Amino acid sequence: MLFEQILFFVAGIGALAGALGVVMLRNPFYSVLSLVAHLLALAVLFLLLQAQFVAAAQVVVYAGAVMVLYVFVVAYVGGSDDPLARDQSGVIGQLGPVFAGALLIELTIAVLASSLGALDTRGADLEPGYGTPAEIGELLLQRFLLPFEAASFLLLSAAVGAVVLARKRRGLEPLEDEGAG
Amino acid sequence: MDVSWFVVLSAFIFCIGAGGVMTRRNPLVVLLCLELMLNAGNLALIAFDRMHGLGDGQVFALFVMVIAACEVVVGLGIIVALYRRRLPIDVDDLSELKG
Repeated sequence: MLFEQILFFVAGIGALAGALGVVMLRNPFYSVLSLVAHLLALAVLFLLLQAQFVAAAQVVVYAGAVMVLYVFVVAYVGGSDDPLARDQSGVIGQLGPVFAGALLIELTIAVLASSLGALDTRGADLEPGYGTPAEIGELLLQRFLLPFEAASFLLLSAAVGAVVLARKRRGLEPLEDEGAG
Repeated sequence: MDVSWFVVLSAFIFCIGAGGVMTRRNPLVVLLCLELMLNAGNLALIAFDRMHGLGDGQVFALFVMVIAACEVVVGLGIIVALYRRRLPIDVDDLSELKG
């Protein structure tokens, strides 16, 4: 019980620090690394909530594969230093933190004043197989079969879209230096 | 730990991400902040699923991860296309669609 609380606070502070790092750090490359730390801390929180399979998928798919994609693009585009440009970027840039703070206050009030009585408990009593790959797979292939297939189509169209976006457009409008890409 | 702790933590992460989307100007970092917001949503989904104990919320979280991956792929493709056409990598300078 005590161990669980310590783990929650360590992982929660890690997740918050990672999130702040993503927003505050100047170099986009360090922002990506900070997001990786944030995702790992979130995986620990998922484990605390008995979601083993989602935690494993988070580490393997998100912190592994998706972040590698980010690192490649940051290396290709070249992470230019980008300070928190408050002076140049107009009204929204200056009021952004204010909006975020107002949103936080509103959300916190909504959670604390909610009439969901079960929010202040540790949750329902769990069946033995809760959160295991077997149960998630069964749910995915039985109750959520249609969304599962729709997700596969979405992934296919995203892959096709990325290829179309990133290829060279010969004939439409010539690039300035053709051989450099 | 009570479920409400996790939900409040997810509210914090969501707001940090929202603030980042509004203040940062590099589209790469804006995409990273969107990831933060999606992950905060995932944490809330899994916390509420722990509250009910059914497993549906975990499947929802997996779908959110699928959609986040699609969004990242298309967004990064757009950024690479911008870079190839020598356009500025800055969301404030890319205002041709403003009308």
